Amino acid sequence: MEEINIMILMSLLKSMLKIRLVEEYFAEKLTSREIRCPVHLYVGQEGIAAGVCQNLRTDDYVLSTHRSHGHYIAKGGDVNALVAEVFCKENGCSHGYGGSMHIVDPKINYLASSAIVAGSIPIAAGTGLASKLKNEDRVSVAFFGDGATDEGVFWETVNVAALLELPVLFVCENNLFSTHMPIALRQAEIDIHKKVSAFGLETARIEGNDVEKVYTTARGLIERIRATRKPALLECLTFRWLAHVGPDPDLDIGYRKKVDVEKWRKKCPIQGLKNRLLERGILSEPEYGRLVGEIETLVGDADRFRRAGRDPSVTEF
Amino acid sequence: MLRRISYAAAINEAFIAIMREKKEAFHIGVGINTPWFVGNTMTGLLEEFGPDRVIDTPVSENGVTGLAIGAALAGMHPILTFPRMDFMHYAMDQLVNHGALLPATLGGRVKIPILVRAIINRGGEQGAQHSQALQGVFMHFPGFKVVMPSHPYDAKGMLLQAMEETDPVIFIDDRWLYDEQGEVPASSYRSDLDRAEIVREGTDLTVVASSYTVVLCRETLESLPGAPSVELIDLRSIKPIDSACLLRSVAKTGRLLVVDATWPKGGVAAEICRIVATEGFASLKKPIAVISLPDAPAPAAHSLEEKYYPRASDITAAIETLIG
Repeated sequence: MEEINIMILMSLLKSMLKIRLVEEYFAEKLTSREIRCPVHLYVGQEGIAAGVCQNLRTDDYVLSTHRSHGHYIAKGGDVNALVAEVFCKENGCSHGYGGSMHIVDPKINYLASSAIVAGSIPIAAGTGLASKLKNEDRVSVAFFGDGATDEGVFWETVNVAALLELPVLFVCENNLFSTHMPIALRQAEIDIHKKVSAFGLETARIEGNDVEKVYTTARGLIERIRATRKPALLECLTFRWLAHVGPDPDLDIGYRKKVDVEKWRKKCPIQGLKNRLLERGILSEPEYGRLVGEIETLVGDADRFRRAGRDPSVTEF
Repeated sequence: MLRRISYAAAINEAFIAIMREKKEAFHIGVGINTPWFVGNTMTGLLEEFGPDRVIDTPVSENGVTGLAIGAALAGMHPILTFPRMDFMHYAMDQLVNHGALLPATLGGRVKIPILVRAIINRGGEQGAQHSQALQGVFMHFPGFKVVMPSHPYDAKGMLLQAMEETDPVIFIDDRWLYDEQGEVPASSYRSDLDRAEIVREGTDLTVVASSYTVVLCRETLESLPGAPSVELIDLRSIKPIDSACLLRSVAKTGRLLVVDATWPKGGVAAEICRIVATEGFASLKKPIAVISLPDAPAPAAHSLEEKYYPRASDITAAIETLIG
């Protein structure tokens, strides 16, 4: 694999850690029931958001799903506003009207997250249509899970994006389950990227927990999209460590085995990168500890920010 | 005297003016470049503005609606056409969950300026799936404005005004109106979206109609013997409904007939009855009368269509009962 600049490697590590620590903070507050809003945690999948978004400019568009915190953070979204929104506070990014599944930050062109499976995919393509009509070289990224490819609108969008030549990167985070249903029980052909390539898109299927691989593959696809304005799909194989929704590990409810979860935990994207950086002497344990401390401070600040936030109120809807 | 043009020509003029005035505007939808789908309302647009701004799409209604919403989020102002409302059911997720609900769900941080043009195309033995008028459905969802002009002047003016809005507007035109002639200025002008209009004043009965039923009621009233004093209101906007106008009229006449060419349950007529029953009940001298479609799918056979859609004789009979 090609050499990645040290600054970028450290940025990828920091981005993943930020996502992980924020999500762990949410898990703790869900367990203590201080958070009432349903939260779909991204723990274990951080390499994808970090690796893809590292290649994006602020003016590039991102649209996401119910499991969106990682994409928002990796795109550069304000952690305070995210945390306050998950607590449904007035100082949240959606002023308490959206909650965890409806995160937004127009300033960084993170335009929407939708709680309807596949709902934001055509919308991402529509932002690409706007770029095409305005003759801009922005790239639009749609993040979604493998479950979204069960929906007809995904295939409608892939076709139309190819037909109209829209600058969209479809990022499929294939975590092998749609809530409780394994992909093999849902799709006759489970190789998503192969099916999409039949529409004429450039596609790739990679290990999503290898953040360097995600970064370099996404970089190639994004550069190509920017130059040609033709869409592409990146399928990243991954696994969510926790439940579909909430902080539990979902081990004993019949749809996945403890041994599989343990296998995937060993493929932690953060630990993987950290070990490689330690081996190469780019990072030391004390430096890693300082980085964690820095992010813990940020999470602590966000906790204070949401505590200071008021519950929203209205006189009339 | 102003020149007279058809309802369809008025729509066409509005679209040409919008595309010239507003660089963010573009057309997208199934069949928009063929008169077979859209009559002569799109004449000349493809030639003047090119295929990038007049995009005829595959029949992927939900995906294409999402495309329009995304473009709107990114600063464009799409005009999304459904040549038959019946096919909007395919796009309900994008229209409702996203177009209508997302702006408020995201705390007002984003706007979705989009003009959804929905065409009612019925009659001619087309059957139930090529006959629907769904204004009663769309008025249900918070986040939409829903308008239905009844004459060419409004068709042009309301389209131009709809493009000034920052929220989704559903503009419903009925192909039964396309040949209606009316006075229309050649210039670009705007008509209010949220106001009802009194077509003729009267003191004994209020008749509320919208879109083509306004024409039906007007013609029926003109031919009634004895010239009863009937006030005819053109609703124009289905959402919001101009309840102040309705209540003022009912306060004056004490009698109300609602003529609505959609299904009767939970729709436009039901909403008007709710408004008058909750806010104007004391004015009523008689129970409200409603003429609507039967609670049944549209039939194909001409002999059945004649009984299915509201007729002048239904209106005459209702007026007779209310003030006879």
